[in-house]
Amino acid sequence: MPAPMIVFDRVSKNFGNLPVLRDISLAVSAGEVISLIGPSGSGKSTLLRCVNHLEQIDSGSVTVDGDLIGYRRVGNLAHELPEKLIAKQRARIGMVFQNFNLFGHMTALENVMEAPVQVLRIPREEAKERAVNLLTRVGLADKMQNYPRMLSGGQQQRVAIARALAMQPKVILFDEPTSALDPELVGEVLEVMRDLASDGMTMMVVTHEMSFAREVCHRIAFMEAGRIVECGKPAEVLDNPAFERTRAFLSRVQ
Amino acid sequence: MSTVKPDDRESSGPLQSEEPMLTYVPARAWGTRAAAVLLFLMVVYFLVSIAGNANFGWSVVGEYLFDTRILSGFYLTIWLTIITMIIGIVLGTLFAVMAMSRNVVISTVANAYIWFFRGTPVLVQLIFWYNLGALFPELSLGIPFTDWGVSVPTNTLISPITAAVLGLGLNEGAYMSEIIRSGLLAVDPGQRQAATSLGMTSRKALWRIVLPQAMPVIIPPTGNQTIGMLKTSSLVSVISLSDLLYSAQTIYSRNFQTIPLLIVACLWYLFATTILTWLQSRIERHFARSRNTST
Ligand SMILES: Nc1ncnc2c1ncn2[C@@H]1O[C@H](COP(=O)(O)OP(=O)(O)OP(=O)(O)O)[C@@H](O)[C@H]1O
Ligand SMILES: [Mg+2]
Repeated sequence: MPAPMIVFDRVSKNFGNLPVLRDISLAVSAGEVISLIGPSGSGKSTLLRCVNHLEQIDSGSVTVDGDLIGYRRVGNLAHELPEKLIAKQRARIGMVFQNFNLFGHMTALENVMEAPVQVLRIPREEAKERAVNLLTRVGLADKMQNYPRMLSGGQQQRVAIARALAMQPKVILFDEPTSALDPELVGEVLEVMRDLASDGMTMMVVTHEMSFAREVCHRIAFMEAGRIVECGKPAEVLDNPAFERTRAFLSRVQ
Repeated sequence: MSTVKPDDRESSGPLQSEEPMLTYVPARAWGTRAAAVLLFLMVVYFLVSIAGNANFGWSVVGEYLFDTRILSGFYLTIWLTIITMIIGIVLGTLFAVMAMSRNVVISTVANAYIWFFRGTPVLVQLIFWYNLGALFPELSLGIPFTDWGVSVPTNTLISPITAAVLGLGLNEGAYMSEIIRSGLLAVDPGQRQAATSLGMTSRKALWRIVLPQAMPVIIPPTGNQTIGMLKTSSLVSVISLSDLLYSAQTIYSRNFQTIPLLIVACLWYLFATTILTWLQSRIERHFARSRNTST
């Protein structure tokens, strides 16, 4: 059993008085690919965004590679870290968004170079070389000088993945990476993700692509109303769910 | 012409037409042409009647156009416009960011500043700064409520020119902060999230990611403000500074050539406006790079 890379320990969160995450405990091993599925509003995005402290949790803890996220532990107290140190933690946690969120005023190449140069302070030439390699790897060697609005959705999402990879992250979080894409563009993005998975990247993927979840993910967690209802191997969860609620959800999406 | 029978359809390939190619003739739009001709004639008539009108005193205009008093007035106007716009943009950025802060004290202070300086006439603000010495005879720098620090008489610090820069700059800051705030709000919040998730601090995300993309929204109204400031700065005549307009007024109060000297001032204002407009379009083009469809 490899060491856990991401650990959620009794994580709870409310928005106002709406409980969004309730007592979630989950460990994701290094190199594991886990997908989160569940109905809209069940808290999948929120859980993902707690991993890099884009959302703060109310109780419990999130740990990535042994580091408590967002806080410094002193005895039983957790002191919130200053922004600079949180930023440092985030730098090694990649995130890919549903709407790509590429920087609109930069070319594909500049998008990939930006954080290594500005955050990791890598020399420009070295960052450029790395960015060129990554863009080639996601099949965009001929689109490096294009601005995001001159790229198709699938191409934009592949740039976004390259941008996350440029920070040499320990884990990558994907929030519905293919939901904004035309059906014929979904495949090229999933192809890149499949590639990453076989390279041993630790990935948490919120997705509605059941075939991807089945073929690529090691485990699937089904969430409903802020809880992980069940979590297991794709075949178990998808073909033989233990809970009626999982079955009802799957019959709606498949 | 033979009609295609249903069962012929599969064998008939692309349609082979024997019709000659059409030549297109644009619509004449006679109404538009007539209006254009009429408009042109009116403009010519207008220009000729102005140029030929001795009452405008064109020879006096020529005589004073490069008068040293006019030129130094023009210089002061340009200098004031540039300095106060720089102060306005710096303060505006600061207060825009403060107004969007989640800390209530910080955002309230920023909003109060914007409220006050937009809510009072800039003329009054200028007179206020000019007369600061009457309100606070001494200004001191030190630790409040203790006697540590240094004091100087206010009037040695606040010259008419400092009063003008303070008055116009602080006022401009309030207007600019609203322009910059609207620019920042126009940028998709996803941009900031992406920057944050890559490990940028909020300050870095603001400078590298959000502000550059707010520029297309910020620049046109800022150009407007700058051109407005060119003329608003003429209010400094109330604190006895000789800007362009005031220099012209000083001259015509002696020789009574009111209209020609006002024309001289206007020609210089128009000259500056032309340069500023050209500059604005250059800057706009610079920030529109990523919107072009070709690389
Ligand atoms: N910033 C916020 N303020 C208040 N409530 C929020 C906020 N963000 C999310 N919520 C609420 O929290 C709940 C969980 O939202 P979340 O985005 O995590 O769901 P999700 O499982 O990702 O859904 P979807 O599949 O639609 O993306 C929802 O009820 C949502 O309305
Ligand atoms: Mg979501």
